[in-house]
Amino acid sequence: MVARTLYDKLWDTHLVNENHDGSALLYIDRHVLHEVTSPQAFEGLRIAGRMPWRLDTNIATPDHNISTDRSERDAGVSGIPDEISRIQVQTLDDNCDHFGIKEFKMNEMGQGIVHVMGPELGATMPGMTVVCGDSHTATHGALACLAHGIGTSEVEHVLATQCLVTKKMKNMRIRVEGKVGLGVTAKDVVLAIIGKIGTAGGSGHAIEFAGSVFRDMSIEGRMTVCNMAIEAGARVGMVAVDEKTIDYCEGRKFVPKGDVWHQAVAYWRTLVSDSDALFDTEVELHADDIIPQVTWGTSPEMVAPVTALVPRPEDEPDKELRKGVERALKYMGLEGGIPIVSINVDRVFIGSCTNSRIEDMREAAKVANGRQVATSVKQVLIVPGSQMVKAQAEAEGLDKIFIASGMEWREPGCSMCLAMNADKLGDGEHCASTSNRNFEGRQGKGGRTHLMSPAMAAAAAVAGHIVDVRSFLGQPISQEIQL
Amino acid sequence: MKAFTQHRGLVGPIDRANVDTDMIIPKQFLKSIKRSGFGPNLFDELRYLDHGEPGQDCSSRPLNPDFSLNQQRYQGASILLTRKNFGCGSSREHAPWALEDYGFNAVIAPSYADIFYNNCFKNGVLPVILSEDEVDTLFSELAAADGYQLDIDLASQTVTSDSGQIFNFSLDQFRKQCLLEGLDEIGLTLTQSEKIKQYEIEREKSQPWVYGAIK
Repeated sequence: MVARTLYDKLWDTHLVNENHDGSALLYIDRHVLHEVTSPQAFEGLRIAGRMPWRLDTNIATPDHNISTDRSERDAGVSGIPDEISRIQVQTLDDNCDHFGIKEFKMNEMGQGIVHVMGPELGATMPGMTVVCGDSHTATHGALACLAHGIGTSEVEHVLATQCLVTKKMKNMRIRVEGKVGLGVTAKDVVLAIIGKIGTAGGSGHAIEFAGSVFRDMSIEGRMTVCNMAIEAGARVGMVAVDEKTIDYCEGRKFVPKGDVWHQAVAYWRTLVSDSDALFDTEVELHADDIIPQVTWGTSPEMVAPVTALVPRPEDEPDKELRKGVERALKYMGLEGGIPIVSINVDRVFIGSCTNSRIEDMREAAKVANGRQVATSVKQVLIVPGSQMVKAQAEAEGLDKIFIASGMEWREPGCSMCLAMNADKLGDGEHCASTSNRNFEGRQGKGGRTHLMSPAMAAAAAVAGHIVDVRSFLGQPISQEIQL
Repeated sequence: MKAFTQHRGLVGPIDRANVDTDMIIPKQFLKSIKRSGFGPNLFDELRYLDHGEPGQDCSSRPLNPDFSLNQQRYQGASILLTRKNFGCGSSREHAPWALEDYGFNAVIAPSYADIFYNNCFKNGVLPVILSEDEVDTLFSELAAADGYQLDIDLASQTVTSDSGQIFNFSLDQFRKQCLLEGLDEIGLTLTQSEKIKQYEIEREKSQPWVYGAIK
């Protein structure tokens, strides 16, 4: 039998039909819906007089557009002050009620950011194909799912047929071997990968993250890594099944029990690439070369170690790239050549589908504990990824630590990652953010985003500027600046 | 679905790489539950000097004179010429909806982000891939000539300039067929309903946990 990668195996299992031209009908096991990219798809079903193919494959929740403010949330959907936001959230509720789709409504236990909610409820399980009208769907690949974002026309297609017309991607393996140091998190690892391969480095590929660094990582860390596969251009990111995957799934709401559980586990254990499987593209990094990372520009590939200087355009030999650096520095209001740690922050955002899980909350709380937010920092938002994360964090007293530090403890949602609700940056403000995109205007028109880990963002909140979190964690660091 | 066969039109440039979908259509416009009406807000933050909100009358907003598509010579452009990795980032189909609503029928670039590329075909917008050198050539020709137009023919997979230069492009044959004929992809997939049902029966036998839990 031909050796197969994890992606090959997932593809083969879900193939309904393949045509001579390579286009294929792929079966979708889980479809996750939210308020922003679904209304036009439901409308399409209605216009064509179609019904969902089946119901038990779909799960929905509002996340992108909802307020994270407690009092606004308490007012319910009808109390959402912005009329078009209210209509959109109400439309999701109405569509789910009308078609009979399981929805975790805005203030219901279980609600959360789609990519936090799916795995924590066990709605996404190893070996599944998972799609959602959101590009960060690759997050679910941390459970060895074949998961990727789709557009609204495809949301309608999956609702109506439970399938997607698609074509097989190429296989890419990114290995990171070694052991990461203190203060180096999953976020730093994935930012370093994006820095190496670039924002289009994974285009056309399904990425498998392999090597000891990912084996050592928690499932939540793996989710952070797979989440940002799209920032490297790849729709799909995955990690093979191991004991951690199985332990993570056990006991979750929608995961089977008894005999079926054992049957599932036996199958899940096969979800690894064969040792002699071939990849179209291989990339290698070493853990020793990765220290905490920070983005300085307007694309996730514009990233550097926290100890570095902001790059100078004149040092960039490629004309096109130089233009990009110049434009980014202008937008960011930064001079090339200044130390990254000299950048002041106006606001801090800890949350998003990349970094809002309980482990992220704990990492941030560890840094915040007993410290105060710098007086120059206008706002620190801590936005748990789901109602379950929020409840767990509160049970551990993390909310009290944040509040005592001068940070705001909010209700679950996407919040300032994309700033569709009221949580946004003002013009020219710098933000230490645990989200996934530092695009121009992403967090508010004129806002300047610096992507980093939750621990780094909490440290920036305390220092008032970007800072190497390792100095907060008791590890002596070299003062030497890397050029 | 809207078909695309051939198109001749004025070319408008955005001379930068990695144009992301947040730039193409900023998030505040994603609150709409409709598919149409996004054109006036295409490239909103680059195009206007003020902050845009949904429902505004854009005709009286201050235009950014530095934004290429605001120049008089590019008014009425229906082919967007741009650089590599166009449409990266968010999967929002509002990006091709906005391009289409503005009046773009085609985009020419050296590469696209996967999800955006796919979304274009669902909306009758043809994303043409030419080499970096060819795109460079088109940028130079465009800079040199007012009213610069191109002919795009999907059946022959060619872009032709008025100087008679012909550029060939490749694309997936299934997508090409769907676009040429404006096929209803859902309808097409539903012709395979029996196969899908058969697949589900087999799957439920071997992996029963996939079904039934969510209700």
